Amino acid sequence: MPSSVASDQVTLTVNGAPVVVPFAATVAVAMMIAGQACRTSVNGEPRGPLCGMGICFECRVTIDGKVHCRSCQVLCEQGMEVNTEK
Amino acid sequence: MSKANYDVVVVGAGIVGAACADELAHRGLQVAVVDRDIVGSGATAAGMGHIVVMDDSDAQFALTRYSQQLWQELRPSLPEDVEYDQCGTIWVAADEEEMIEVRRKQDYYGKRRVPTEVLDAHALQSLEPNLRQNLAGGILVPEDGVLYPPCAARFLLSRAQKHGVKVRLDVSVARIGEGRVEFTDGSKMLAEVIVNAAGASAPELTPGLEIQKRKGHLVITDRYPGFVRHQLVELGYLKSAHSLTADSVAFNVQPRRTGQILIGSSRQYGAEHKAVDNFMLVRMLQRAQEYMPGLAQMSTVRTWTGFRAATPDKLPLIGQSTGDKTVFLATGHEGLGITTSLGTARLLADQITGRKSEIPVEPYLPSRTVKEHVHA
Amino acid sequence: MIRETQLHFEVLVIGGGPAGMAAAARAAECDVRVGIVDDNFKLGGQIWRGQSEDKTSDSKQSTEASKWVERLSAAGVTSLCGLRVVHQPVAGVLLAENLDGFCELTYEKLILATGARERFLPFPGWTLPNVMGAGGLQAMVKCGLPIRGKRVIVAGTGPLLLAVAAYLREHGAEIPLISEQASWGNLARFGAALLGWPAKIIQGVQLKRSLAGIPFAANSWPLAAHGEQTLKSVTISRAGRVETIPCDYLACGFHLVPNIELPLLLGCALVNGCVQVDDFQRTTVASIFCTGEPTSIGGVELALVEGQIAGLASVGRTAEARALFGERHKARRFAQLLDRTFRLRPELRSLPLPETIVCRCEDVSHSRLREHTSWRSAKLHTRCGMGPCQGRICGAALQFLFKWKPDSVRPPVFPARVETLAATAGELNCNTAKG
Repeated sequence: MPSSVASDQVTLTVNGAPVVVPFAATVAVAMMIAGQACRTSVNGEPRGPLCGMGICFECRVTIDGKVHCRSCQVLCEQGMEVNTEK
Repeated sequence: MSKANYDVVVVGAGIVGAACADELAHRGLQVAVVDRDIVGSGATAAGMGHIVVMDDSDAQFALTRYSQQLWQELRPSLPEDVEYDQCGTIWVAADEEEMIEVRRKQDYYGKRRVPTEVLDAHALQSLEPNLRQNLAGGILVPEDGVLYPPCAARFLLSRAQKHGVKVRLDVSVARIGEGRVEFTDGSKMLAEVIVNAAGASAPELTPGLEIQKRKGHLVITDRYPGFVRHQLVELGYLKSAHSLTADSVAFNVQPRRTGQILIGSSRQYGAEHKAVDNFMLVRMLQRAQEYMPGLAQMSTVRTWTGFRAATPDKLPLIGQSTGDKTVFLATGHEGLGITTSLGTARLLADQITGRKSEIPVEPYLPSRTVKEHVHA
Repeated sequence: MIRETQLHFEVLVIGGGPAGMAAAARAAECDVRVGIVDDNFKLGGQIWRGQSEDKTSDSKQSTEASKWVERLSAAGVTSLCGLRVVHQPVAGVLLAENLDGFCELTYEKLILATGARERFLPFPGWTLPNVMGAGGLQAMVKCGLPIRGKRVIVAGTGPLLLAVAAYLREHGAEIPLISEQASWGNLARFGAALLGWPAKIIQGVQLKRSLAGIPFAANSWPLAAHGEQTLKSVTISRAGRVETIPCDYLACGFHLVPNIELPLLLGCALVNGCVQVDDFQRTTVASIFCTGEPTSIGGVELALVEGQIAGLASVGRTAEARALFGERHKARRFAQLLDRTFRLRPELRSLPLPETIVCRCEDVSHSRLREHTSWRSAKLHTRCGMGPCQGRICGAALQFLFKWKPDSVRPPVFPARVETLAATAGELNCNTAKG
């Protein structure tokens, strides 16, 4: 994986598209920067982070194949693959 | 609460009580249902909701098969939240000994026109790829299904209410008998017939009933749609359900319509408190992981327990009690209360209204019990 | 941290916010082996999240935070971050999980400092992306969300709103309005009562400067959030008038509720919805202490002094603990003031429409819930509260909306992997922590 252009930035992919975030940003922040909802609710509504502290579970995404990750509790890493989930 | 005259008062608003009330109202009787808590708060809330034919005995088969067919007839009327899904059961055989049991079942069901399909190891793997390797095979029963019991109970009770059934929740019954239901607040209801559908608490109302509490644990995971497609039960389950004294666990998982996976099952005697018993939880989850290693990484959201009502011969009590002639019993369903609720309701209503039943009732009659103990 | 180990501490602290850090430091300074556990990747809890690194924010807070971090380190406290307690398999043993594995924690004394979370109330549109808690949005910004030039409406109730508005503004956000549901009368009394706390006056003055020019409305609350896929505008009620304000984010929280789930799982008794403790912060369960927000929502100062009392009491230093009682008494009066000032007004019960989602995990609407008369009944029949948040979001709302009492707590107290719950004590390697 090529290293990020600036050492204070990280590049990861969100639903296949690259997103550049500040170093030490959480994946939830990456989703917000990318303008993507994290998940779709039972009734099909788009949802994003609510509580910011890991208890609401609205910010869940699939990270590198692992489902139901609370993105507000995960730091972005270079090359991470993030996908929204139901 | 004032005195009232009813044809029938049903004590217990679980799925069995609800089904009975619904059936009796359907036949034009004036019915009331009472419960000390909310609808479906007892074993109904802890049932897996597995609609299954079982063949421990001809009588058990007859009742479960009859009931399963009734569920299939009811299916088009069931609302969304009952989540009825005819996903089928696969009884999983771990070894050749259990495959013998598979073939016995195939033969038994075949003679009784219950469709089944024997699965070899390869077929089992392709139907359920998340089962571990090296299982011997299994038998698929495609007409079995699953539903969400509390909403099924609520549906039956609402339907009963539309037929005029009165429902009183959050009221405690002190005693029943001689055509009277007496509440702890001193009020009474008069009825021609009182139905004891109080599940594991039935002996509190009808002393001497040979019903023992058999505690069970359940765990539900977050959503993992597609991980499991059928209700999966190990054939060793039959060994654990048979034991009358030992605590036991069995591999028993169910896909919910939501994609969540319901994990059971466990049986304990002599446990009275509702708290989760860690040693049972651990055993049950370890057993589940043995059959489906992929469960290990899944997120669990809740655990809970319930008490089944178990009789010595593993058949429910459906019919007039041997003591008080005004009291009828609809209880003792152990792990088959959800399935057999509808069949129980029919058989009970038949006896109350003097109609001939569609299956023989003798095996379930309370009078079948030879011994009569009156406990102080 | 080694997977599948058993770690033993003489004093184990659960929660790495101000209360937990104070407790751990004071206990460890008495030459006792102390461990502190927190589910975030760094200590600090919510209020001190990223505090020691953030140059722009409240410098007094960051000094305070850094001081405690240093004291913890100097005293040799073992910090276990990214670890969450999920279960008590047997008395005296806690099962905890992180991203990779799990471990068992044993202790002689346990100090629960599990903090608080924001209370969310439902209103039309509250589930739209970019509608977040006040602390929630602040946490996002602390974790790298760019906010410069964005319009943020801050709404709800509680002192957190002002702190968040100030913080966001310092980072370049535009704040069209702070909407506070408390009345002007309550706020004025609050302001006057602050005279009793000089430190708070200084904070207040600083805050006033940071917030200069930002419109502030009391007797005000959100009526609806609007937008298709994300938030576009918010309709606010302001003393009878209704106005719709375009914005990028709505930071909305209705004060705090205590995280009492773990104390309940361990059998601690409650009083007035908070964990019951004696003068030495002891709960009703032997060897278990509780400090900070779970005993009453009271802010940082109270958390710090309660934490110290618990830490000292846990190692038998009762005289030194007693010496802090006066400070705690003063700080507790602030907690009572907070409670009175930011009590929720009944109008907020009418905010949700019948179709407004109340349980976000399971998409259960207000009208479906209204058919039930208890939390248990609603849970069983609608699945409200049976999702992964385990009722933490909707439960607090429903307690206010319908006065429903919460149910008993069962394991796991936080979602946990099957393999974690399936672990048995005998199978884990016994491996006491070093240092």
